Amino acid sequence: MKRYLNRLIASPYFSFFVTVLLFLALYGVGMAMYKGFMRPQVFFNLFIDNAALIIVTVGITFTLIIAGIDLSVGAVLALVCMVLAWLLENTGMPLPVAVGLVLFMGTAFGAVQGFIITKFDLQPFIITLAGMFFCRGLTAVISRDTIIITNPTWVAIASYRIDLGIGFLSVGAIVALLTIVVSAALLGFTRFGRTLFAIGGSESSAALMGLPVFRSKVLVYTVAGFCSSLGGLAYSLTMLTGYNLHGLGMEMDAIASSVIGGTLLTGGVGFIPGALVGVLIQGVILTFISFQGTLSAWWTKIVVGALLCVFIIMQAFITEQKGKLSSESSMEGNEAAGPPEKP
Amino acid sequence: MTGALLEMRQIEKEFPGVRALSGVDFTLNAGEIHSLMGENGAGKSTLVKVLTGVYQKDGGTIRMNGREIAPRTPKEAQECGISTVYQEVNLCPNLTVAENIFIGREPKRYGWIDWRAVNARAQALLERLDVRIDVTRTLDHYSVALQQMIAIARAVDIEAKILILDEPTSSLDEQETERLFKIIRHLQKEGMGIIFISHFLEQVYTLCDHVTILRNGELVGAYETARLPRLELIAKMVGKEVGDVRTMGEAGEKSEPKEEVFLEAKAIGATGVLETVDMKIHKGEVIGIAGLLGSGRTETAELLFGIHAIDRGSLFVKGKPWHPDGPMAAMRQKIGFCPEDRKAAGIIGDLTVRENIILAMQAKEGILRHIPYAEQARIADDCIKLLKIKVSGRDQLIKNLSGGNQQKVIIARWLATQPDLLILDEPTRGIDVGTKAEIQKMAIALAKKRGMSVVFISSEMDEMVRTCTKLIVLRDRRKVAELAGDAVSTDALMKAIAGGAA
Repeated sequence: MKRYLNRLIASPYFSFFVTVLLFLALYGVGMAMYKGFMRPQVFFNLFIDNAALIIVTVGITFTLIIAGIDLSVGAVLALVCMVLAWLLENTGMPLPVAVGLVLFMGTAFGAVQGFIITKFDLQPFIITLAGMFFCRGLTAVISRDTIIITNPTWVAIASYRIDLGIGFLSVGAIVALLTIVVSAALLGFTRFGRTLFAIGGSESSAALMGLPVFRSKVLVYTVAGFCSSLGGLAYSLTMLTGYNLHGLGMEMDAIASSVIGGTLLTGGVGFIPGALVGVLIQGVILTFISFQGTLSAWWTKIVVGALLCVFIIMQAFITEQKGKLSSESSMEGNEAAGPPEKP
Repeated sequence: MTGALLEMRQIEKEFPGVRALSGVDFTLNAGEIHSLMGENGAGKSTLVKVLTGVYQKDGGTIRMNGREIAPRTPKEAQECGISTVYQEVNLCPNLTVAENIFIGREPKRYGWIDWRAVNARAQALLERLDVRIDVTRTLDHYSVALQQMIAIARAVDIEAKILILDEPTSSLDEQETERLFKIIRHLQKEGMGIIFISHFLEQVYTLCDHVTILRNGELVGAYETARLPRLELIAKMVGKEVGDVRTMGEAGEKSEPKEEVFLEAKAIGATGVLETVDMKIHKGEVIGIAGLLGSGRTETAELLFGIHAIDRGSLFVKGKPWHPDGPMAAMRQKIGFCPEDRKAAGIIGDLTVRENIILAMQAKEGILRHIPYAEQARIADDCIKLLKIKVSGRDQLIKNLSGGNQQKVIIARWLATQPDLLILDEPTRGIDVGTKAEIQKMAIALAKKRGMSVVFISSEMDEMVRTCTKLIVLRDRRKVAELAGDAVSTDALMKAIAGGAA
C-alpha cells in the first residue's frame, strides 16, 4: 500500500489527481450548499465563461513545458479583439478574411518572439514582456475607446447555442474543447510534443540526442501566439467589443491555472487536462461567489493566490520526496538489473 | 588490410588564441576498443567533439570506411553511425527510460507515437544489455550507473558503428564499472569500434587494445596497450623520458617539519569527488600532493578547505576533530587556499595590490570591521617586501602586474590572514622560471621560519621533489603512495604514479 502510494506521489500526474480531487470537492460543496449548482448548465457555463482563458492557458502551457514563458498572451488577445473589431466596423472586409487575418497576425507575432528568443538565446521572460507592452500599446493606438462589433454574422455566432439536451455550449467553448483535445494529442503522441518535454528536461541533452531544438522552440512560441489569437476570437465572441484593457493580467491567470494543473515552471512537466482543470477551479470559485451574492469577485483572486501557493509548496515537497524515492528504487533497479553471474 | 573503420588525419582545431589540436592522427578499427589518453587539456575532448560534430575542424580529413565525412552537428554524426555517451549522462530526467532511448526515432502507428512498441522495444534492447528495469518509469528513478547504461542502450540502438565513451566510469563504483565493461566487450564482439576515454589507468589496461596519446594538442603516438609499460605511458603523457629525470636540479635546503601535527585526515572522501585520502600535515612541513591532472589533487585541497563537503572519514586539527563547513570555517581554523586558476578564482584585476592583499583578511574579520588605512598599508608593504613583489607601489592595479607577481599577491593575501596552513594549488603555473624558483623558496621559507605548514600542488615533478619533504601520491582519486625523506625522488614519484606494475 505504502509502495503504491509512493509510486503515486512520484507519478508525474500526481498534481493532476490532486487538482481533479480539489475540483470535485469544490463542486460537491457547491452542490451541497446551493441547489442551483445541481443544474448541468452551471457546469457547461464554466466552459462558456472561460473559453478564452482555457485556450490561452493551453498556449502558455506549451511555453512552460520547455521552461520558457509567454507574458504577451493577454496583450495579443486584446490586440486581436481590437483589430477584428476595427476591421469589421471600419472596413468592408468579409468576416472570414478578417478572422483569418487576425489569427495569422497573432501566430506570426508568436513566431517572431520565438525566433528572437531562440536565435539570440534571450530570456523569454523579457522578450515576451516587451511583446506584451508592444501589443498593449498598439491596441490603444488603434482606438482608445471601445469599438462595439455589430457585424451580424459575428453576433449570430456569438449567441449561437449548441444544444446538448441537458444544457448548451457556446461556439467559443467548443473551440476551447477542441484546442484541449488537439494539444493533448500533439503533446502526448507526436515527436514534436515529446521533443518539447525533452527540451524542458534538459535542453543540452536534447540537442546532444540530435533533437531539433531550435525549430521546436520557435514553434512553441508560434503555438502560444496562435492560441492567444484563437483565445482572442473566443473572447471577442463573449464581449463583442474591441477594447484596450481586454484580457488585462490574463497571462497571470493562465500561468496560475497551468501550475495548479500540475505544470512545473522549471520545465519538462505539463499536462493539458490538468491545465483545463486549473481553469475550471478558478471558474468554480467565481460561480460560488456569484451564488453567494454578497462577496466581491476579487475573492477569486485571493483563493487562487492561496491555492497557487499551496500547489507550489506541494510540488517542492513532491520533488524532495521523489529524490528520496529515487535513491531507494535505484537500488531496487540495481538488484533487478544485476543478477549474480553463474560460474 | 581492408582499411580502418575510422581514420582521422592531420586534424587541426584552433580556438581564439589557443591551438587545441595540431596535426593529430587517429585510427580506429572495427571490433577494437581504443583508448584516448592525455592529461586534461591535451585535446582529447576537442578531438572527440570534432568527430561528433560539436566543433568544426579547421583542417584535416575524417574518413569512415574510406569515405570522407564531415559531420556538422551531433545529429549528422549520429546519422554517420557515430554515437557518444558523455561523462554526465545526457538524457532527460523527466522522461521515461523507454522514451529516453527512442526519442526522436519513436515507432509510429497511423502517424502517432506507438507507446506500446516504444516500451516493448526498449525492454528488449535493455535485456540484450542484461539490464532489467521498468522502462515506463522516469529516468530520475534510477542511479547514475543505470542511467549510463540506458545512455549506451540509446547509442547502440542508433545502429552505431562507432561508440565513444567519454569518462563513462567516473561516477560508477567497481561493481557497476565491471558490468559496464561486460557490455562494452559484448559490443566489441558485435564488431563495433569503441573509443574509450578515461583517467583511470587500470581500466585502460583492462579494457583497451590500443591507446593513442595526446599532449598539448599534439599526437604523441599510438601504441598497443599490452606492449606499453605503464611507466612509459605516464612519461609520454607528461612529456618526459623515463630516466631523464635524474639529472634535474638537486634539492636545495628543505624545511624541517616539527613533531607536532597540525592537521590529520583519516580516509576522507566525497562521493563523485574523491575516493579516499589520508595524510598527516606536521607544523613547519611542506607537503606535496602529486599525481596526474585529474587524479584528485585539487579535489583533496578543496576538501580540506571546505569547498566540497566531506562525506566519509574524519579530519583533525591540532588533535581535535573538525568538520569543515565551508571556506569560512576553514579560515577560522587558520587555513588558507590559493586556488589553481588565479584569473578566475583569485585576483580582482581592477583593485589595487593593497586592496587585493587585504581581501581575505577583510572577509575573515567580517565586512563591517574597518581595517584602518595605515594598517592596510603596513600589511601590504610588509608582504611586498617579504615576497619581493615587483610593483611601482602598493596602489598599482593588479591587472598591470606580470603573472608571477599576481601569484605572489594572492599568496600575500593569505599570508595577511596569518594562516597556520597554506594550500598552494599550482602556484607556479604559467610563470617564468626565475619567479618559479622564488615561489618554491618562499614556500620553504614560510615553513622554516614561521613554522607554517604548506600544502604544495604542482604538475611539475621536479618542482615537487625539490620543494616538498613529503609527497602524497594520488591516482584515480585515491591515495596510492606516500614518499618521505630520502624516498622523495622524481623516479620514485613517477613509479608511484604509474602504479606497481611498471
